[in-house]
Order: sequence, then C-alpha cells, then structure tokens
Amino acid sequence: MVALADAVAAATPGMALDLHEVSHHFDLKGTILPVLNRISFSVKPGEFVALLGPSGCGKSTLLRLAAGLDRPRSGRLNADGIPVGAPDPSRILVFQDPTLYPWRTVWDNVALGLQARGLLRQGRSRVDEALQLVGLTRFADAYPNQLSGGMAQRAALARALVNEPRLLLLDEPLGKLDSLTRLTMQGELVALWQRAGFTALLVTHDIEEALLLASRVLVFSDRPARIVAEIANDRPYPRHRDDPEIVQLRRTVLDELGMAASW
Amino acid sequence: MPADITLEVPVAAPIRTGTSAIWTGGLVAGALWLAAASVTRFWPDQVDWERTDLLSLFEAGLGVVLLAAASPGLGRLTARARPIGPWLAVLPVLLSLWEIVTAKLGLLPLPFFVPPQALLETYTDDYPRLGESVWRSLALLAPGYLIGAAIAFVVGVTLGWSKRASYWGHPVLRFVGPLPPTAWLPLAFFFFPSSWSASTFLIALASGFPVAVLTASGISSVNSAYYDIARTLGASERFLVLRVAVPAAMPSVFVGLFMGLGSSFAVLIIAEMMGVKAGLGWYLQWAQGWAAYSNMYAALLLMAVLFSSIISALFLLRDHLLAWQKELVRW
Repeated sequence: MVALADAVAAATPGMALDLHEVSHHFDLKGTILPVLNRISFSVKPGEFVALLGPSGCGKSTLLRLAAGLDRPRSGRLNADGIPVGAPDPSRILVFQDPTLYPWRTVWDNVALGLQARGLLRQGRSRVDEALQLVGLTRFADAYPNQLSGGMAQRAALARALVNEPRLLLLDEPLGKLDSLTRLTMQGELVALWQRAGFTALLVTHDIEEALLLASRVLVFSDRPARIVAEIANDRPYPRHRDDPEIVQLRRTVLDELGMAASW
Repeated sequence: MPADITLEVPVAAPIRTGTSAIWTGGLVAGALWLAAASVTRFWPDQVDWERTDLLSLFEAGLGVVLLAAASPGLGRLTARARPIGPWLAVLPVLLSLWEIVTAKLGLLPLPFFVPPQALLETYTDDYPRLGESVWRSLALLAPGYLIGAAIAFVVGVTLGWSKRASYWGHPVLRFVGPLPPTAWLPLAFFFFPSSWSASTFLIALASGFPVAVLTASGISSVNSAYYDIARTLGASERFLVLRVAVPAAMPSVFVGLFMGLGSSFAVLIIAEMMGVKAGLGWYLQWAQGWAAYSNMYAALLLMAVLFSSIISALFLLRDHLLAWQKELVRW
C-alpha cells in the first residue's frame, strides 16, 4: 500500500513549505490584535503536519497565509522556495464548513476549479474520478442541501483534489461532523494523502485526530500563537487510537498544553 | 468505502391516496353550480338583462363538468383539481349572492352595481376592443419592463461588486429612486418624441429601481467564503462576478423583479390613462366617459387575470431557475 502510494506520489510531488519568523495581526477598530508571533517551521514535500492548539489561537490565519488569501505582516513564507503571493490552485484550502455553492450540483461544485481555469472540457473525466475517490458518484446530480454533513465535506474534498493540489491546507475539515462519520473520514483522509502524495497541513484542536493522521504535530500556544512543542510520530498507518504509543504521545501533548492534571 | 451512503437510501415515491374513490368535493361543487344555474335561469330579473340565459348555461355547463369529474374512474385526471375543491364550491354561492342582490332583487342602485351577466355581455359584445386593449397594454409593458430590468440588473451588479461604483452610484440611487416614476410623467411626455417612448421610459424606471437596489444588495451580501474558495481554485475576477456573485444573488434579484413588476403595472395603467390612448388603462377611462360601469368591471376583472398570470409566470420561472433553493427532495 505504501509502495503503491510512493509510486503515484511521483506524479504529483508534494510542495515544500517554509515559514520564517512569520507574524500577523488584525486591526479591529483601531486596536491591534496579534495572532501569530514569529512562527518558523518547515514542511517537507509529501509530509503530513498537524497544527494543534486551542481554538482561536491563529492556526486558521496561518492557513489563509499559506493559501495566499492574506499576506503576513512580517516574516517570510515560501512555497518550494518561492514567496507565496496570490492564491494558486496548487495550494488549496479546505474549510471547516464545506461551503459548497448551493446553486450547483455536486458534480458542478467539484468541477469548479477546472472550469475557473478553462480546463473543464478536457478534464470532465477528472471530475468523475474525484467523485469516485470520495465515494459520491451516485450523488453527482444532487444539490448540496440534499447532502448530509459528511457527504458535503467529502464533496468539498473532491473539489480540492480534482485540481491535483501539491499542498492541501485543511482547516478543521472534520470539525463539524458527528463522531462516527468523523472516524470514517479520518481514515479516508490518510488513504487519500497516501495515494496522491500531496503535502498536507491540518489545523485541528483534536489531539487524537492530530496523532492519528499526522507524521509531525506542532503544538501552538494561546493567541498570539507560537510553537511550544514539536512531536514526531512515525507510527505506521493505519493507526489505532488505543495503540500504547499513541496513548503515550497524547499524554505528552497534554503535558505541553498544561492540561496533564485535568486528564 | 464511505459508511453513511448505505444508511441514506432515497425514500420511495410518494404514496397516492384516494385517486380511485369518488371526489366528494367535486360532487358538492357540481351540485352548487347547477343550483346557481337554476337561480339565474328561473328567478325572473327585475330589469331584462341580455345574457341571463348565457350565464345560466355557463353555470350549468361547469356543474355538469364537475359532476362528471367527480366520478370514480377519473381520479387520476382530476387529482390536480382536488385541492381547489372548496373554492369551486364557494364560488357559485358568492356568484349567486351577487346575482340575487343585483338582477333578481334590485337591492343595489343601477347603473353603478351591475349583475354578473352584464360583465358577460361586455365580454361577448365588446371583445374586439377589449382584446385590442390587452394586446396594446402588453406591447407597452413588455419592452419597458424588460429594458428597465436588464439595465438595472447590470447597474445593480456593478454597484454591488465595485466599491468605487457603489461610492458614486448608491447616493444617486438613494436620492432619485424614491421619486414615484409617475412623478416624471409630465416631463416625460414633454421630452420624449412619442407617448409610447415616454411610457416605456417610465415603466423601465418603475421596474428598474427595485431590481437595481435588490441586485446590488444581493451581490454585496454574498458569503465571502464563496469568493475565497473560487480564488484558491484559480478563478479570475470575471469568473467571480459571473459564476459566483451573480448566481448567489439570484434569489434577491427575483424579489426585485417581482416588486418591479408590481410598480410597472401601476405606471402602465396611469400612462395609458394620461396620454397613450390605448390599452386597458385607456379602456377604463373611456368606459368611465360613457358611464359604462359594466365595461369598467369587466376591464378590471380582465386586468386582474392578466396581471396575476404575469406574476405567476415570473414565479414559475424563478422556481425553475432556483430549483436548488427548494428542498423538495432530501435523502
């Protein structure tokens, strides 16, 4: 399985991401709200890195910067050694809300990126493949308001994957799902990542999710966010939540977050 | 692979009930129409009205059709008429009341209050003029409304999208917009070469204001995450406007189109009364000149049918284009 994933990975190599002293703040009616405090880290091509921290600590802002939707106030943010400027289809952000366009069918939603770049005529089969990848072939003609939360989030994933991104930025994509769907989708996400070979940067406040999915977990402090710990996790996939090493790692992370006593 | 698909199987087609039984509502309505027909036919009029027999024939015909439709074999055919059964039963009662207080008892003074058969007489005897009026009204309304709505749509999209256009355009819209389009009437008839072009301008103005305002507000209130999504996927500005902003704003645009239609009806009728010398508005005024009250009622009724049909057509178009808004089917 891993060997197969490596073979396919060569087709769309992951993107390297380097942050150097990145800081960001918001202007809220004159008062300055610092959100990121001199963040530096690197992500290797094809790596799956989780950003873990309390909600509202600025992790989502970091993803918007990496996507090119906002510019950092200071510091350098390079993708494959080139400063991130405007948004680009090689770096795609998946939000907590699926934000499908309600006026488009699932198929047309997934086709959005190809249509926007004028590639739809040649790429129709890629849309079908992406839908098949996330198991929504039967729902191609459905409208988003006819989908369950899990299916809508799968459609949002397909909308990202159809563009063959080299960097997938996941902003708590499973945050609003019920716990059963969430478990299923965690497994699917790992399988997709192994198959496609993109670099993944996942924002989450769920410790278990970070440990099950990522090969490296960066623990963030409260706002303004800085990195307080970095935990490598080389357990083989698929991982299990009751694996003793995972349980041990969870304790380590809770320690770092100052929550060990309350566990 | 995905677990929840197997859990969410589409529901079966809705179960049909009662289509094979007798339609009781139709039976009652049919009987009431027949009763109305005999009141009209056998109770002598105070004054002789030309079309009393025709009216009773019409009522009897409807009664027979309804009785036939109520028979058990036609369930499938009449399924769509069933929900309006109570209306079909109440209408002959109301019609008979009107008939009794006017033609039969003469309780209301003539010529102001006329019986139903007087309206019928207007339709049978004056249909060339009425038909011509309907045609001329539509020919005046359609270009004005469509031109106004089209221009206002473009203006609304521009105002909603561009900050600079909004800075200069919105105050103008807010200042000039509340003027009733009919207030422009004296000037319009003076400036434009013909009363037709003046009226078209006024109708365009009437339909344009609500369409522009609601399109602009629809565009500017589009969820900004929709734009973020499209931008990360490589969308151009043109794509963002035409494929994201405009479709997202369509529900609001349709509210504007509906409101614009209402106010363009008002302008149409006034313009026809003031200077166009054709159409239903002109017909009303012409009938007033002859104190032909039955013609006025007949024209009003025709106008109601016409205008409510146009609005229904707009709503049908909306339901067709915005099918995604309705949650008809759920898995």
